[in-house]
Amino acid sequence: MNQKNSTVNIQEAPTGLALKIYYWRKSLKTLTPYLMLIGVALWLGTYYLLVEGWELPRFNKLPGPVEVITEWTNPDPDWGISMFSPIYYEHIIISCRRILIAFTIATCLGVPLGLFMGWSKTFRDYTFPILEVLRPIPILAWVPLAILMFSGFETPVIYLATLASLFVTTLNTLLGVDSIDEEYFRAAKCLGSKPHHVFWHIVVPGSLPFIFTGLQISIGVAWFSLVAAEMVSGEFGLGYMIMDSYMNITYVTMVIGMLTLGFVGWVSSALVRLAGDRMMQWRVRALALEGR
Amino acid sequence: MTDAVQSKSISSVSKKKSKLEKMLTNKSLWRGVVALIGAVIFWEVCSQSKVWFGVEIPWIGKVPPPTEVIAAWQKIFYYTGYWESWYLSTGRVFAGFIIAMIIGIPFGLLLAVNRYFRDVFFPPFEILRPIPPLAWVPASIIFWPTTEMSIAFVTFLGAFFTIVINVLGGARNIDVQYLRAAQSMGANQWDLFWKVILPGTLPSIWTGAAVGMGITWEVVLASEMISGGGQQGGGGLGFFIWSSYMGGTVAQVIVGMISIGIAGYLSSSFIRYLGVITMPWRRLF
Amino acid sequence: MANQNNSRGAISIRNVTKIYDPDGVNVMAVDDCSLEISAGEVCMIVGPSGCGKTTLLNAIAGFHSITEGEIYLDGQLLCGPSKPKAEQGADRMVVFQHGALFPWKTLGENVAYGPIVQGVMSKAEAHEKAEHMLAEAGIGDVAHKYPGEVSSGMARRSEIVRALINDPKVLLLDEPYRAMDALTKSIMHESLLEVYDKTKVTIFFITHDLEEAIFLGDKVVVMTTRPATLKKTVDVKIPRPRDYQTLTTEEFRVLVEETKEAVHEEAKKAFDAGERELA
Repeated sequence: MNQKNSTVNIQEAPTGLALKIYYWRKSLKTLTPYLMLIGVALWLGTYYLLVEGWELPRFNKLPGPVEVITEWTNPDPDWGISMFSPIYYEHIIISCRRILIAFTIATCLGVPLGLFMGWSKTFRDYTFPILEVLRPIPILAWVPLAILMFSGFETPVIYLATLASLFVTTLNTLLGVDSIDEEYFRAAKCLGSKPHHVFWHIVVPGSLPFIFTGLQISIGVAWFSLVAAEMVSGEFGLGYMIMDSYMNITYVTMVIGMLTLGFVGWVSSALVRLAGDRMMQWRVRALALEGR
Repeated sequence: MTDAVQSKSISSVSKKKSKLEKMLTNKSLWRGVVALIGAVIFWEVCSQSKVWFGVEIPWIGKVPPPTEVIAAWQKIFYYTGYWESWYLSTGRVFAGFIIAMIIGIPFGLLLAVNRYFRDVFFPPFEILRPIPPLAWVPASIIFWPTTEMSIAFVTFLGAFFTIVINVLGGARNIDVQYLRAAQSMGANQWDLFWKVILPGTLPSIWTGAAVGMGITWEVVLASEMISGGGQQGGGGLGFFIWSSYMGGTVAQVIVGMISIGIAGYLSSSFIRYLGVITMPWRRLF
Repeated sequence: MANQNNSRGAISIRNVTKIYDPDGVNVMAVDDCSLEISAGEVCMIVGPSGCGKTTLLNAIAGFHSITEGEIYLDGQLLCGPSKPKAEQGADRMVVFQHGALFPWKTLGENVAYGPIVQGVMSKAEAHEKAEHMLAEAGIGDVAHKYPGEVSSGMARRSEIVRALINDPKVLLLDEPYRAMDALTKSIMHESLLEVYDKTKVTIFFITHDLEEAIFLGDKVVVMTTRPATLKKTVDVKIPRPRDYQTLTTEEFRVLVEETKEAVHEEAKKAFDAGERELA
């Protein structure tokens, strides 16, 4: 090795997929991923021991991880639901469909409403008090009223999820408009913008970060309300599946339902986040430069 | 060229409006009042539309009008079971909530402070977090011996995840320079924790608490509605609403809804108040 | 660029007083201020932070109203007793302290924004001109980047370009280089001098840095602490074009000496008063 010319071999910085692989390999050298595995293993292990290994009192009434996984992967499930049974997917699709409808309505109503409330003080003065009075009422308290107002099963369930989402989305959009620095408005006016320019070029892009944070929360809230509504008064769907299996004492199915719910909820939240990142390229790039 | 020596008292002409004056002349406040009164009138008209005009307005038409609700409330006011349900629900909310704070805050702080702890315990936490608390209700009922405890557990879960996430975020956002400043002044690990990290995380703790409080109410309500309250004669406000619905007294249902709204608002205000007392440095902003 | 002999952008500030009312306790920000700025002049306002200099700029730009007095632009009333708040417009362009480039538009889009919304140019024309002007300013190759991706120096320069593309009568700068380190600042100064030499636009520049003021300006006005009035006016007769070597000349040193005492006096008063800055 030529020590005299101490030239360091600087390679070109990797990009794209190569960059991801680089980070992944780098992380393998630290303890982190191994600890993660230990963490998950610890949790699963404890779960197993408590329920199936030692069969502690009360714990033994619950299904253990082995039981759950066996059932889930069983082509001919004992209790009727596994990843091979079509009805499992029916439940998932129905719940997802309801969420999609509720989320879409809530977003299409909530974002414009919030933008307008942020934009016009007069409008906000009239509408904000009504919002604030209705908001503390928990969504589930609306269940009886929803059943009364809307016929059938689908509509009340979707109504509840929509209501929950609507509050969150509107509030966050409103906060988003408020968060825009006064100076941007001044600069825009200085440059000769008319009100509609300000709305489309300042208000809308400026509140996008908050809007998307709100949307992520709102989809979580929508799931929360949907599950509650399904459990109380539904016919299909994951919430119903959980409640039904509880009633029928098929607890394994219940746990499968819970885990599926968690997974689907996480995926939908991630999708919203990805959509947000696409729409807010400027933020993603700026944050990347800061090293986040 | 005026005299450069201007005392502040001359340049600041005091003209403080009294607080009451400010309230009375506040345009926004009046608009809000008008809006609320307008909304109530709208509700009354729509609900009574069948009786007054012979035409039923969809959806709102089926809801009992405000006048009926007020009448129902006047009746309920004297029924001890109603106030007992307030007491029960609030008790459950705070029980689960306090446990969530006691376990959640240290857990969150540990996650933030110790890297290895976080690597081990955060993944299972994140895997369980997306599962809505209510999905745990049946499992909870199976597991815990009494209904009370099963409700408390689900309530705990609801608030726990929110509080931990907020604490984690808040602690990690503390500017490293504060820690360095403290260290350069001779702080040991204990001091750092109590005097820098904990106060620095307080705002996030209270934000998490406020949000968690909302979730807690939802969960308590749902649990009461699903598991039937567990007591006779007033099993909490959720049970109150459900049984009113079953009994066909819909106006009472609305009374229940408004009651819970008020209870929720009061508890959130209480949390905010706690936040203000424990964080005197924030009062000026 | 047009306007080599600029005969527009003369500002006349006459007996302007501004009292504003946070929380019902009247605060006098500006007290009976009178100032004449000729067309094409670079007028530097120096004073301690939070003394009310920005209030004057805000009044000219139309962000705030004035309580007494009048302000004229090229003989026309901007604001006065009958019209306390001036209209905001593209004839008086502002460059802000913390930078107000729209973070969600690229630098090129930011610059092109003004002409497009005013309807003065089509989208294609505006973008072409924007790129051209950015290239002239030496930052043509980052025109497609977002403000969050470039250095503060580049961002500030593009903000100035964004202002200039609208051919304003007056350029109002509110401590634009405050947050920069001295090295970047010196480059920014040279860049601004270049721009001025080309366009001869009237400049109203607020700063707390005396050296910066003398280096860039034709006239330096020292203001007192709150409430602000004119304390001292100094004419800077150093010939243009100037460059960083000017900083070491005897003329420059003499001017600094003349003004330093006044500035220092006010700075001390402001410090003793200890008021939280009006941001």
